[in-house]
Amino acid sequence: MKKVAVIGGGVTGLEAASQLAQMGYTVTVFEKNSAAGGHVSKWDRLFPNRRHSIEVVNELKSYLNGNPAIYLSTAINKVTKKDNRFQLEAYNQVFEADAVLIATGFELFPAERKEEYGYGIYDNVITSAELEGMFKENGYPVKRNGDKPKRLAFIHCVGSRDEKVKRPYCSKVCCVTAVKQAIEVKEAIPEAEIFCLYMDLRMFGPGYEDLYKEAQQKGINFIRGRLSEASELEGSRVLIKTEDTLSSKPLKMSVDMVVLMVGMSPAQGTDELIAALGLQPNKDGFVEITDYHLNPVKTKVDGVFAAGACTGPNNITDSINAARSAAVEIHKYLNNK
Amino acid sequence: MIDFGFAPMEVSVHNMDTADLSLAHWINLHDETFNHCIACGSCAATCTAGQFTNFSFREVCHAIRRGEIKSAIDESEKCMLCGKCTLVCPRNVNTRNIIMLIRKANLTFRP
Repeated sequence: MKKVAVIGGGVTGLEAASQLAQMGYTVTVFEKNSAAGGHVSKWDRLFPNRRHSIEVVNELKSYLNGNPAIYLSTAINKVTKKDNRFQLEAYNQVFEADAVLIATGFELFPAERKEEYGYGIYDNVITSAELEGMFKENGYPVKRNGDKPKRLAFIHCVGSRDEKVKRPYCSKVCCVTAVKQAIEVKEAIPEAEIFCLYMDLRMFGPGYEDLYKEAQQKGINFIRGRLSEASELEGSRVLIKTEDTLSSKPLKMSVDMVVLMVGMSPAQGTDELIAALGLQPNKDGFVEITDYHLNPVKTKVDGVFAAGACTGPNNITDSINAARSAAVEIHKYLNNK
Repeated sequence: MIDFGFAPMEVSVHNMDTADLSLAHWINLHDETFNHCIACGSCAATCTAGQFTNFSFREVCHAIRRGEIKSAIDESEKCMLCGKCTLVCPRNVNTRNIIMLIRKANLTFRP
């Protein structure tokens, strides 16, 4: 029985592992964290239909029935290739495999790197991920002092489309996430005034544009302009400044809470992992794949495949598609070996 | 006091803390398509009045959303109600009705 190693137990890794196990391979998933499900398991609800993410994660976890097997809290430190076989090292253990799928996902952009936005400095500047945590915990956002915010601003493109922090690319999912979260805040706190500071609204997926229109109907205000700086006011309110580029005038306002829509950054550690195989990151720092159009899961090393957000920002649908695509490519590779 | 001819400059910043959004809320109450605008500019591009003056329906709506009520009401007078903007609007904003609402609001909201 040929063996496949899947590095990463997020949605991509779990889906690919399940598909490969159904094809008859012996599949092992290595997850560095103590639980499977990746970033999705930390989210409350998903765009565009606001399904609870736990549903998606639980379904994917239910596939872990021995084959595929999963090793939790197991970070693969090194992968080496010898005679078409792979050796994966985790602490003192060595695992063998005939093919490797890299599904190490992404990391959230560290918002404190945009120091001018005050994350980690001001009380009521939070990230989109922290807002999801609040939705999970309370069903509504809370300020540092425990009160509900009455005026909020969502800041798009934090750690995306920004060469100053070496993130020149679009993270794809933050626009629609901001709109989803704005609607959720409005539903939880109907009297709240909500502003989205955007440059473009990249509503590329099915149902995304509808969600945007729903937000407009619910009275969410959209201001075209990038946040230039934030400063703290009395009472831990936050003053934000931007240009209203639709009227070519500077714009300022004070809000109770600022939500930074943090983008997707390459996961730390993936570089070292792939370097041992002779793979390099692409110009944005993600795993380089050989053919973006015709084979978006193949790397330049035979037997090594990459899928999901380790290859660049992805939504769940894209990641599931890439996972299935990788399963087919791995099957083809192992059959022709 | 001697007048030296100097005066403080008027601040040209949108301050959303003090902006008067009463007209924006009132229009939206009477025609919810007011909020559906995506600022594409189709209305202004096709506008008959815009060929001869600097009238732009998009800008009028935008001014209302930033609390610039007086200029929006003044501008709305330039519209000739031909309705071409209603035909081209991709979000089905009821543009002509909104112009009529702004003119009607003139009596109530003009600062």
